[in-house]
Amino acid sequence: METRNTYIGNIIHAAKSLLTGMRVTLREFFTRKITEQYPENRSTLHIPSRHRATLVMPHDADGNNKCIACGLCQQTCPNGTISITTKTVTDEETGKSRKVLAEYHYDLGACMFCQLCVNICPKGAIEFSNEFENAVFDRKKLIIKLNR
Amino acid sequence: MLDFTTITTAIDQYLHSVMPAPAATLTECAIVAICAIAAYLVFAIVMIFMERKVCAAFQCRLGPTRVGFWGILQVFADVFKMLIKEIIEIKRSDHILYNLAPFLVVMSSLITFCCLPFAQGLQVLDFNIGVFFIMAASSFGILGILLAGWSSNNKFSMIGAMRSGGQMISYELSVGLSILTLVVLSGTMQISEIVEIQTQGWFIVRGHIPAIIAFIIYIIAGNAETNRAPFDLPEAESELTAGFHTEYSGMGFGLFYVAEFMNMFIIAGIASALFLGGWAPLYIPGLESFNNAMCWIPGIVWFLGKTFFVIWLLMWIRWTFPRMRIDQVLVLEWKYLVPIGLLNLLIMTICVVMGWTL
Repeated sequence: METRNTYIGNIIHAAKSLLTGMRVTLREFFTRKITEQYPENRSTLHIPSRHRATLVMPHDADGNNKCIACGLCQQTCPNGTISITTKTVTDEETGKSRKVLAEYHYDLGACMFCQLCVNICPKGAIEFSNEFENAVFDRKKLIIKLNR
Repeated sequence: MLDFTTITTAIDQYLHSVMPAPAATLTECAIVAICAIAAYLVFAIVMIFMERKVCAAFQCRLGPTRVGFWGILQVFADVFKMLIKEIIEIKRSDHILYNLAPFLVVMSSLITFCCLPFAQGLQVLDFNIGVFFIMAASSFGILGILLAGWSSNNKFSMIGAMRSGGQMISYELSVGLSILTLVVLSGTMQISEIVEIQTQGWFIVRGHIPAIIAFIIYIIAGNAETNRAPFDLPEAESELTAGFHTEYSGMGFGLFYVAEFMNMFIIAGIASALFLGGWAPLYIPGLESFNNAMCWIPGIVWFLGKTFFVIWLLMWIRWTFPRMRIDQVLVLEWKYLVPIGLLNLLIMTICVVMGWTL
């Protein structure tokens, strides 16, 4: 620090720090460039697995989902993106009536991808997928029915 | 090595054989002017493209890649966009000065451009005070900038022009001192002779320590002369918007832009002519076969190679350092560069007098 107080020391310090900066940028000049050439590199495109692109409800091979129609996701959504309709069915064995999911509507256009719905779901029935090419010409097409 | 004087003499003789002497001279002037302006524009296009690509590489990007192969048509797209823009007449501006200003700036850089020695004999203006003429011609571009700021009737333009003026006039001194150091070494002010001497070794090698110091000072001051970062004070988006060309639109702005880029080319061209030997090939004493092989590469390739290397250096500096405040800019010039430049001139003079140069 003392060298910076003299005239010559100041110059030497300046030269050193400037050369440090130039070394950093020179290394950057020759590194591989990170630009993604999007439409051309579609086949090799890497999207991080935690990227939230759209909400999906995974179904197993028989077409069953894990949703129990509790409505927690609908309640917790800050934007009112999710709307659930339910129906009551009677169990054939026990004869008791049970509330099940009728339709799970998700408005992609209003979603802000906060992931609160995924976090609050007690059954892990919904998750965010990497399918990011969601552009459409009509906003109505963004309202998606998630369950089958 | 190819000497362009044979070609120019042949053209001159042909023109004199088909028309009277005054007409021949006039035709030659026209041909030279067209060639100079064409070269000026071509280099401006190359430089703008290079700036985009180099800047992108320094920021770990690819730069323009969409317009044409590898983005080579990007500059043409930019120019076309600029041409179709409306040229806005400012109501209370000084119309004559307002329209004159960009032409002054371009004229100054075009005249300086003509002094560059592109190859042996390929130089428009070459006379015994060439270095002095370059200094004079390049300095009157500042008049255009001051006029632009003054005539715009805009306080941002005015302050930007004042800053630019203060900066450019200050740094002219350092440029002058470092060029003077080289004039002391070469003993002549004629550009073609300076380059001719350097066929026996470039000045940055022959002048060793004082020449290298002069080169560093010249690069710093040259960067400031062209108003580029880290010395881009005339353009301060947050406080001055775009500085002296705030009120210019369309091609008025385009001319300032082109002139700024070409000033960088000129700074680099003078650096390569004075320090790195211009069109003179690499010369190592003792290695005759190597020197002969180097002579096979045309002079224009040497000159442009060196010039674009210096331009790359300038761009490297521009995309590395943060900008300074106006007081820091002036402190750097008056407290550091000018004293060091004067001392360096003295060292160079002593070296030359004592014969300590290579």
